[in-house]
Amino acid sequence: MEDLWTQVLLLTASTFRLATPLMLAAMAGLFAERSGIVDIGLEGKMLGAAFAAAAAAAMTGSAWVGLVTAMGVSFALAMLHGFACITHKGDHVVSGVAINITVAGLGPVLADAWFRQAGRVPITGESMRFRSIELPFAQVLADVPILGPIYANVISGHNILVYMAALSVPLTAWVVYKTRFGLRLRAVGENPSAVDTAGISVTAMRFRALMITGLLCGIAGAYLSIAQGAGFTRDMSAGKGFLALAALIFGKWRPVPVLFACLLFAFADAIQARLQGVELPLIGEVPTQAIQALPYLLTILLLAGFVGRAVAPKAIGQPYVKER
Amino acid sequence: MPTKLPPWVNYGLLPLMNLGMAFLVAGLIVVILGESPKAAVDLLVYGAFGYGEAVGYTLFYTTNFIFTGLAVALAFQCGLFNIGGEGQAYIGGLGVGLVGIYLGHWPPPIGIMIGIMAAALFGGIWGFIPGWLQARRGSHTVITTIMLNFIAASIMTYLLVNPLRRAGQQIPESVTFDQRMWLPQLHELFGGLGLVIGRSPLNASLLIALVCCLLYWLFVWKTRAGYAMRVVGKSEPAAVYGGISPAKQIMIAMTLSGALAGMMSLNEVLGAQHRLTLGFTGGYGFVGIAVALMGRGHPVGIILAALLFGALYQGGSELAFDMPRINRDMVVVIQGLVILFAGALEHMFRPWLEARFARPAVPAVA
Repeated sequence: MEDLWTQVLLLTASTFRLATPLMLAAMAGLFAERSGIVDIGLEGKMLGAAFAAAAAAAMTGSAWVGLVTAMGVSFALAMLHGFACITHKGDHVVSGVAINITVAGLGPVLADAWFRQAGRVPITGESMRFRSIELPFAQVLADVPILGPIYANVISGHNILVYMAALSVPLTAWVVYKTRFGLRLRAVGENPSAVDTAGISVTAMRFRALMITGLLCGIAGAYLSIAQGAGFTRDMSAGKGFLALAALIFGKWRPVPVLFACLLFAFADAIQARLQGVELPLIGEVPTQAIQALPYLLTILLLAGFVGRAVAPKAIGQPYVKER
Repeated sequence: MPTKLPPWVNYGLLPLMNLGMAFLVAGLIVVILGESPKAAVDLLVYGAFGYGEAVGYTLFYTTNFIFTGLAVALAFQCGLFNIGGEGQAYIGGLGVGLVGIYLGHWPPPIGIMIGIMAAALFGGIWGFIPGWLQARRGSHTVITTIMLNFIAASIMTYLLVNPLRRAGQQIPESVTFDQRMWLPQLHELFGGLGLVIGRSPLNASLLIALVCCLLYWLFVWKTRAGYAMRVVGKSEPAAVYGGISPAKQIMIAMTLSGALAGMMSLNEVLGAQHRLTLGFTGGYGFVGIAVALMGRGHPVGIILAALLFGALYQGGSELAFDMPRINRDMVVVIQGLVILFAGALEHMFRPWLEARFARPAVPAVA
């Protein structure tokens, strides 16, 4: 029994760690998509940020410099997306694909040229990474029954980016639902001409939304290379940007449901490592690939309206043309 | 947007300018890496066309890109975005693989014929699913095809790690097919005709790809079904008004698109590797987007664009070999830049060109 309890705690903690990049990227996507910009470039922005974080941290020895660089690079990529989709009314999907592919190539090219480690950026120093933080009294309270271990093992002991991700959700919900900016953001994704009539620039609103997208994706990318992992490797985002997109749709573009979608997908990821080779009662051994495919399958079923219905912001993907 | 530009500008100059921008930025990156762009281009061209073997490899990659480019282009005709070429090619490979593993001993033309049909059928099914979801349930193909790429990858990994893995080995790949299932190599085929080309994995798939280009052209511009598809792509209300069912056209377009992508596996599985391997699709499905955009949806354009990317792929390995500061991934960067400038930013030069080349506007009714 004791053992099972520890297992559950560890599983929960690892779910949080795996959910962190998903949450940050999904919140990033939420801002873009709520403003009417399709963003399948989340993956590329994350990967670019992961490279930038590792490279900057390895060169300066500071994780914080890595984080800021990552956010800068991701921000620049988001602005490029805006330049193509908003300024030049290009296709949002094509622009996203272009960013994903360019970054997937550019990371290893630059890594090879600058670090000569076969497309990798290794992180060696302790100061180059975000270390896990022990929250106050974690050790003292660990002996308190039930709550103590939860506090010590699940809530305490993550790195700062995990807490940032946790904070990003209520913050996003507050900005989107309780501020003037949020109201305009939602309006611009549903009915841009109404926003325009009210004397608010659709272009400026969408660019602002993309700025937030860029910054949040930057944190997500930095988490991959200088917090969760140590260093940049080729394609290290491994579809997490798309998984975040799936979570965004699964959560119907609303912050709290999106959070639960991220946690669900992360839990599936956390448990599949533990289920390897384990015979479950009734079902038998579940192939890990089946669990890996589950989030995508669920998203398709949801999109198809077999489980609930996901309705995207109305003006998503359409360039806004002011009438002459 | 009605184009006011003369065709030579719209189909010639504009794509070339966009391509030029992509190469300009790529050249800048080469400079930043501390190499000479001119030397890089020389190496690329030599690596792609300099000797017989190189030409063979260039055309081998070109074959992949023709299939995936046609797949994306066909869906575009119907106004759909198929970014699932990767998954459709992978599942198409499953079809070929199953035929190769279980029917490989059948007499040569029959086994291969069934293999070709299986590639198209399996890829077509993987394309039909998002088509059906779009047509009947309104789920956007962009998202569903992305999701189906991941599901395809999971299915293939499972199959290659478990039931299809060759007994007694650790590498996740199937048994090598019976020789009777191998597509003829082109250097052997041409050798028989007295033509000498270098040894390479180039095989009869190239001919199949060219036939597909012809069929694509006939279908899209010379048949009633192709016309219906283009009407849906241009305007769904117009299609409905004209008695065309958009839902049906969407399903047909996605199925055919998936079938074309699935046939890419012929080149890799039946033509080159002769067994099913993990990740043989190698990102070719995504490059198809660049090929279709560059080729403007026309088969001739697609063949030229596929040749360009084939040359980049083959030349890129030469480049990586001879320039220590540049690695193979530079080719991926160039692909991404081409998609960016020829696709997402295709309108960037348009206002500027329109100011110079636009035909005199039709006089407005006073």
